[in-house]
Amino acid sequence: MRREIPLFITFIIGTALIVALFIPHNPFPAFDHEFSIWFDIIAVFAFVLGGGNLLKVHVDRFTRKHPDRWYSLVTIFAFLITLIIGLFKVGGDPGLTGNYQAAGTWFKVIYDAIFTPLQATMFSLLAFFVASAAYRAFRAKTKEATVLLVAAFVILVGRTPVGYYLTFWLPDWLSFLHIPNLSAWIMSGPNLAGQRAIMIGIALGIIATSIKLILGIERGYLGREK
Amino acid sequence: MEQEITFMEKMLKIDRRIIFALIALAVIIPMMMNLQFPVRPSPIVKTIFEKVESLPDGSIVLMSFDFGPSTVPENEPMGDALLYHCMLKNHKVCMMALWPTGEAEGQKAITRVITSEFPNKKYGEDYIMLGFKAGNQGLINAIFTDLKGMYTTDANGVDINSFPMMTGVDNLKAFDLILGVCSGKPGLKEWVQFAGDRGDIPVAGGVTAVEAPLLYPYYPKQLLGLMGGLQGAAELQAAVFDKYPQYEKYLINCSGATNAVRNMGPQTVAHLVIIFFVVVGNIAFFAQQRRNKRSRME
Repeated sequence: MRREIPLFITFIIGTALIVALFIPHNPFPAFDHEFSIWFDIIAVFAFVLGGGNLLKVHVDRFTRKHPDRWYSLVTIFAFLITLIIGLFKVGGDPGLTGNYQAAGTWFKVIYDAIFTPLQATMFSLLAFFVASAAYRAFRAKTKEATVLLVAAFVILVGRTPVGYYLTFWLPDWLSFLHIPNLSAWIMSGPNLAGQRAIMIGIALGIIATSIKLILGIERGYLGREK
Repeated sequence: MEQEITFMEKMLKIDRRIIFALIALAVIIPMMMNLQFPVRPSPIVKTIFEKVESLPDGSIVLMSFDFGPSTVPENEPMGDALLYHCMLKNHKVCMMALWPTGEAEGQKAITRVITSEFPNKKYGEDYIMLGFKAGNQGLINAIFTDLKGMYTTDANGVDINSFPMMTGVDNLKAFDLILGVCSGKPGLKEWVQFAGDRGDIPVAGGVTAVEAPLLYPYYPKQLLGLMGGLQGAAELQAAVFDKYPQYEKYLINCSGATNAVRNMGPQTVAHLVIIFFVVVGNIAFFAQQRRNKRSRME
C-alpha cells in the first residue's frame, strides 16, 4: 500500500490537471489554482527539509572528524545564528507577521555586511577564471571550433561600445557587417534556432516523463522498494 | 626561429596568475580613470523604454526582483532604471520576489530610487513591496488567478486590502505590464510561460548576460523587450536619460553598481583583454602546430 497509494494520487492529480487545461468550465479551472496553492505550501516545507539536511550533513562531518570539519563547524554556526536571528526578528518587530528584513534588524545587518560581499566576491572571481579558461581552451582546432571562436569574438566585441566604433565607417550596403548588427544576428539567428531546438527537445522529454509518472511506469520518485 | 618557438611555447604555458593580474588591471585602471563610452539603445531594449513610456499615467506595473547579491552589478542598474522610469511616468509599482534574496534587493532599490529621488511618492498609493513567497513558478501560477490569496499582507505584515493602490488588483491580469529583473530560475522565462503568455499580459525585463541567449526564443511576441547583462542595463539607462536629463544627474551621483553606463568602461576593457588572450593563445597554438609538422617532416 505504501507504493500503491502515492501511485494512485499521482495518477488522479496528473490526469485531473491535464483535463483541467482542456476544459475551461467549472469545476476544472479551480483545480489548477487549488493545486498551485498546495504546491506553494509544500514548497515552504522544502526549506525545512533543506535546512535539516544541511545540518545533518555537516554535523555528521564534524562528529566523524572529517579533514574539512572546521568548515562544517563554520557552516553550522552561520546557519544557526542566521536562523535564530531571522526567526526571532532580533533588533526588529518581534511580532509574527513583522518583516525580518526591516531596517535595523540584525538579519539585515548580516545580509548587507556579510552575505552580500561574500556572494559578490564569489561571483566576481568568475571573470578571472573565464579569462584564464578562454586563453587555454578557446583554440581553432577544428572548423566547428573556428566558427565558435569567430562567433564568440563578434559577441564579445558586439556587447561593448567598441563594436560600434570598429565598424561604424562601413557604408550602408555593408551594414550587415557592422559588429553590433552581426552580434544581434548571431543572437537572433543561429542562437535562436539552437535554443528553440533545445527547448522543444526538453519539452518533449518532460511530456514523456510526465506520462510515465502518471501511468506509474516511472517510479523512481517513490524511493527504493524494501 | 628557435627563439620564436621558445617564446610561443612560453606563451602557451603562461602562468594563470599573470592572466588574473591583467584582468584585475583591466578592471581597476578604467574604474580609476572613469573611462566611459557613449551607449546607444538597441531595438530590443528600446521597446522596453517605449512600452513604459506609452502606458497611461497611473498604470499598474508589477516588478519582480528575482536575483541575489552575486549578480547585482548587472541586475541592480536594470531594476533602478525601470523603477525610476515608472516613477517618472507616475505608474503604480507593485514589487515582489520569487527569490528569497530578491526582497532585500527590491527594498534597496526603493531606498535608492523612490525614497531619495521621489520623496512625494506614498507607500501603498504609488508603490508597494509584497516581498518574497516560496513556490517559484507555482507562485506565479497561484497569483495568476488570486494574488490576494497568496499575498494577504505586504512585506511588513500589513493587510493588503488596506492599501489604496491594491484596490481591484486581485490577480495578474490586473497589471498593465510585468517587469522581471532576473538572474536565473525562477525568472523571466517563468514570468513569460506562467503569466504573460497565459494571460496575454505584456512581459519585459532584464537578465544576466549568460542567461540572455536563453530568452531570445520568446522575443518579440511573448517577451516585448530584453536587457542582456550590463550592456542591456546601460542601454536602458541611456534611453531614459536621453528623454529625461535629470536621470543622468542622478546616475552621476550614484556610487557602486547603479551606473551601468559608467561600469561599461571596465567591462569593455576586460572584454578586449580576453579577446587579446584568445588571439595570442591561438597564434601560439598555430606556431606550435607548425613546428610539430616541421619536426615530423624532418
